[in-house]
Amino acid sequence: MEPLNALVALANFVIVPATAYGAQLALGALGVTLIYGILRFSNFAHGDTMAFGAMVTILLTWWLQAQDVTFGVLPTALLALPAGIAVTALLVLATDRVVYRFYRRQRVAPVILVIVSMGVMFVMNGIVRFVIGVDDQVFADGARFLINARDFRDLTGLDEGLAIRTTQAITLVTAIVVVAALFWFLNRTRTGKSMRAYSDNEDLALLSGIDPERVVAITWIIVAALATIAGVLYGLDKTFKPFTYFQLLLPIFAAAIVGGLGSPVGAIAGGFVIAFSEVTVTYAFKKVLGYLLPDALEPAGLMQLLSTDYKFAVSFAILVIVLLFRPTGLFRGQTS
Amino acid sequence: MSALPAQQTGPGEPFLIGEGMTGGYGAADILHDCTVSVRRGEIAVIVGPNGAGKSTAMKAVFGMLPLRKGRVRIGGTDITGLAPQARVAEGMAFVPQTRNIFGALTVEENLEMGAFLRRDDIHATLEQVYHLFPILRDKRRQAAGELSGGQRQQVAVGRALMTQPQVLMLDEPTAGVSPIVMDELFDRIIEVARTGISILMVEQNARQALQIADRGFVLVQGSNAYTDTGAALLADPEVRRTFLGG
Repeated sequence: MEPLNALVALANFVIVPATAYGAQLALGALGVTLIYGILRFSNFAHGDTMAFGAMVTILLTWWLQAQDVTFGVLPTALLALPAGIAVTALLVLATDRVVYRFYRRQRVAPVILVIVSMGVMFVMNGIVRFVIGVDDQVFADGARFLINARDFRDLTGLDEGLAIRTTQAITLVTAIVVVAALFWFLNRTRTGKSMRAYSDNEDLALLSGIDPERVVAITWIIVAALATIAGVLYGLDKTFKPFTYFQLLLPIFAAAIVGGLGSPVGAIAGGFVIAFSEVTVTYAFKKVLGYLLPDALEPAGLMQLLSTDYKFAVSFAILVIVLLFRPTGLFRGQTS
Repeated sequence: MSALPAQQTGPGEPFLIGEGMTGGYGAADILHDCTVSVRRGEIAVIVGPNGAGKSTAMKAVFGMLPLRKGRVRIGGTDITGLAPQARVAEGMAFVPQTRNIFGALTVEENLEMGAFLRRDDIHATLEQVYHLFPILRDKRRQAAGELSGGQRQQVAVGRALMTQPQVLMLDEPTAGVSPIVMDELFDRIIEVARTGISILMVEQNARQALQIADRGFVLVQGSNAYTDTGAALLADPEVRRTFLGG
């Protein structure tokens, strides 16, 4: 039973958390990659867009909770999510109207748009902190576990327990549904195809009568939805703290670039690559190895490659390695 | 829209004409009183040495170049002031020389995007394009960017045909394809013209292009040097000596 115990320990501490985290990064990276593909710049405000969407959803969740409205075993935040998406969509559309459109009309270089997005990032950052504060906010409710460690142990008779939190399961299910819907939209609908066409060849899209302003507006709405969903899922799974979302920008960009900027499939793959690397490299393998190796070889140390404090370094390292050996990302993205 | 009323063009009149066009991108003019035209269902070819302003003349007709003088008319309607997109709605279709397909989209999606402005059923037109270019039917689920050079040009022409244009404008459709593929493309272009679509094209391969042309325009330094039927230009010793290499 020792290898099974090792497997369960690995699943409990690495596979399950990394899958949930990977799904969150994938949703975030999808938003970044869509903006890159359509509007042709790296949106540094994406992390704070996620924070804003999550904040709106949290405020609505608290209001619903105060009205004694709950969603049974599921978190109430899921009920508040659609309204959170709508408010975030309005914010990004307004931002596009007053900020990005001005620069788009001047056909500025992408690097200028990147700097502009940093300005937007600071403003959104300020709004979120001003409204909800800088502290941790807990808003998850409903059932805490899908399977908890003790039940799993009683059920299987193993020494190791496997806990799957409701939020982790919701994260994965939501991410699958959202990604399936997004790909259906991009590949099957006329509007989605026109977005891909515009991303592929802007001049020819204009010659074909595709309206760029409409494509841009739809892109922002989709990005607002992706950012809000990613932000809420991350907040449910961990906690909501504005600064954490700002920090998420790094792994999200790493995921999008590793997958190939502009490639939606790449963004998803990149999200999981980054998440699994981060969790694996910072996990102490002492326990897993203890089950697998003979007693004489049992490791004395933690068998942890990097302290969790350095988890952001992992994103950087993968980014550098991928850019060195495959500059366009795992799935060939756009280069310009 | 123009202030001029739309007039019907007579059988001998050009359907599309860029008349006395003068203009350029910056201070210096590239085109000098240049005229190109095509009659309904005919093939007109613009040839000339490198830097003669062939592609520029084409772009001017499509509204991609500001004109200081001259007018562009289609079916008697003055469209000089219209943006390129508006000219698509007037029945013009343009196939640029480069980047003329959506490489990441499938062949069929390319054709669908060509018909983006249409709200009616596009299946009949899709069938026509597949009939014209059978290879595209076989490759319709494949990304257009993965096709060979000649097949890409077929996608590009097919995309332009999806708007059901009255005039098809091709900027060097045979650039970079093999001689065999070039002959096949020319055959297809003749077929398109037989369906009543006027074709105005710029060609580097002057001799072959003039062989299929009802009308040829030889441009030199942005001006008309010779204008005649394709056959007459091919027979003209002066044209042969200066442009066709004997």
